[in-house]
Amino acid sequence: MNKIFEVPLYAYERSSDQDAATAVRHKVIVIGAGPVGLATAIDLAQQGVEVVVLDDNDKVSFGSRAICFSQRTLDIADRLGAGSPMVDKGVQWNVGKVFFDNRQVYEFNLQPDTGYANPAFINLQQYYFENALVDRVRQLQAAGAPIEIRGRNKVEAIGTHDSHVVLEVETPEGPYNVEADWLIACDGANSPTRRMLGLDFDGRVFEDNFLIADVVMEADFPTERWFWFDPPFNRGQSALLHKQPDNVWRIDLQLGWDIDKEREKRPENVIPRLKAMLGEDVDFDLEWVSIYTFQCRRMERFRHGRVLFAGDSAHQVSPFGAMGANSGIQDADNLCWKLKLVLDGKAPEILLDSYSRERVQAADANIAKSSRSTDFITPKSQISRLLRDAVLDLSEHFEFARPLVNSGRLSTPCTYQDSSLSSADALNGPDITRPGSACPDAPLGDEFLLPKLAGKFTLLTIDAGAPERIEEGGVEATRLALSVKDDLTLELKRRYLGDATGAVYLIRPDQHVAARRDTFEENAFRQAIRRATGKE
Amino acid sequence: MADLILTPNLDSADDFYAGLLAAHDGLDKSASDALNARLVLVLANHIGDADVLTQAVKAAALRGS
Repeated sequence: MNKIFEVPLYAYERSSDQDAATAVRHKVIVIGAGPVGLATAIDLAQQGVEVVVLDDNDKVSFGSRAICFSQRTLDIADRLGAGSPMVDKGVQWNVGKVFFDNRQVYEFNLQPDTGYANPAFINLQQYYFENALVDRVRQLQAAGAPIEIRGRNKVEAIGTHDSHVVLEVETPEGPYNVEADWLIACDGANSPTRRMLGLDFDGRVFEDNFLIADVVMEADFPTERWFWFDPPFNRGQSALLHKQPDNVWRIDLQLGWDIDKEREKRPENVIPRLKAMLGEDVDFDLEWVSIYTFQCRRMERFRHGRVLFAGDSAHQVSPFGAMGANSGIQDADNLCWKLKLVLDGKAPEILLDSYSRERVQAADANIAKSSRSTDFITPKSQISRLLRDAVLDLSEHFEFARPLVNSGRLSTPCTYQDSSLSSADALNGPDITRPGSACPDAPLGDEFLLPKLAGKFTLLTIDAGAPERIEEGGVEATRLALSVKDDLTLELKRRYLGDATGAVYLIRPDQHVAARRDTFEENAFRQAIRRATGKE
Repeated sequence: MADLILTPNLDSADDFYAGLLAAHDGLDKSASDALNARLVLVLANHIGDADVLTQAVKAAALRGS
């Protein structure tokens, strides 16, 4: 049987661009059909922006790669019309076990949070995630949306100009030239775009290698996350076992920096380690093995004229905490509405610089988190190891030490608190919804809040008055009028009002809070719209 | 902001000190270091207050004249 990642999903087809006498100009070209490139293209196409995705391959990613998708990513995927197949296919787990040396130190059971449409996270192979996005692209195409994926179209050269970019693209039938008003590079950590433009990728904090294996087990092995610190089968390093759909288990073995990659990848070296982890009597098949090398670093800025970088091409972190693909999807989420406004002439080009600033802030937060996890997982000094071991030893006996155990902190959305797009907080409300925050979901009877906030500026009023719509400089905000009575569980009140009796929120198309006040004041909200669109 | 107590506050200073030494009886250097590390973490959790802990770290970092 063919695996999903072995079937060409966007096979090469000749485009009329290849027969044009002069290079055809597109609105937006996205390089890379990974999770971030596909999400970007869908987001733009849904807003009516013409977009072409170029990928040097014709299949979804090989092997599981990114496997943990956070609630924020699933909320964004819902907005993109691709969330439910991911959640349906994904695995949710609650029980985790932490091992230290040769023993289990504790076990935890995460109670699912209530009052959110999506789970806190799901485990899902990257190829299924990409497949759901490709299906969505096909759906949009069937509905006439201006979106196209060109497989086996490899960008070989890029010419940048003030008003556009020119690409030289290699195909199985020879090269052609094509142009775009805007180029979005989603071509991964080794981004050829970045290299061709001679751009930096600095700020290396640390580097490491991981042996990553997908293992198929038919045995009724439990659906749990197991994490080992300094186990006998991987001394001085860490190991992780995680459940994925289809009886596939993902195993990450940290290897350190100075290793022989080819030697580590050989089955005769991999299999004994896996037997030591899983137990000698467990039957398994090795589906995929790879060495993942990473460095913690980012580009200085994510916008260079008409070229924008999103996902791993712009920033790279350790795999602890699943911050790679998740933060890339949030890049797309942040960028697309801004680009749409700029393309429509409703916002100045400098709005795109706020994309860089906001997402640089997010990348820095992820790199800092990643550094702390690494300090805990691989202590760099004697005292660091002493304290780490003390935490793990205490965690076996006392609950208080368990929050100190750091095997990676799960990706959380960045709050753009000091962003030039956010207005000063004018509500005595909860911290989680202060300006800059990603809106948390809340139940509304049989429905949920977030789908009602998608893709446009919204004036969310909760027990407060406001006009049904206001327009400022061509940008429209429409009202969503709610009352605390719409949610009998009171999560809406807890998350958006706190002690306030009413509130008015201005919410960006990416569901981040731009401004909030206790009552509607026209001038304040007009100014907030101008700020949120780069006009103040 | 809560203040770190830096005036005498132990119920029985000599007994506490003797107890601390006794806990290290028979331990080699690395086992003793590990005990101290665990003790710091247990006490820190009991205090909890981030301001007080920051002041405590500063106070401990202060060295002879």
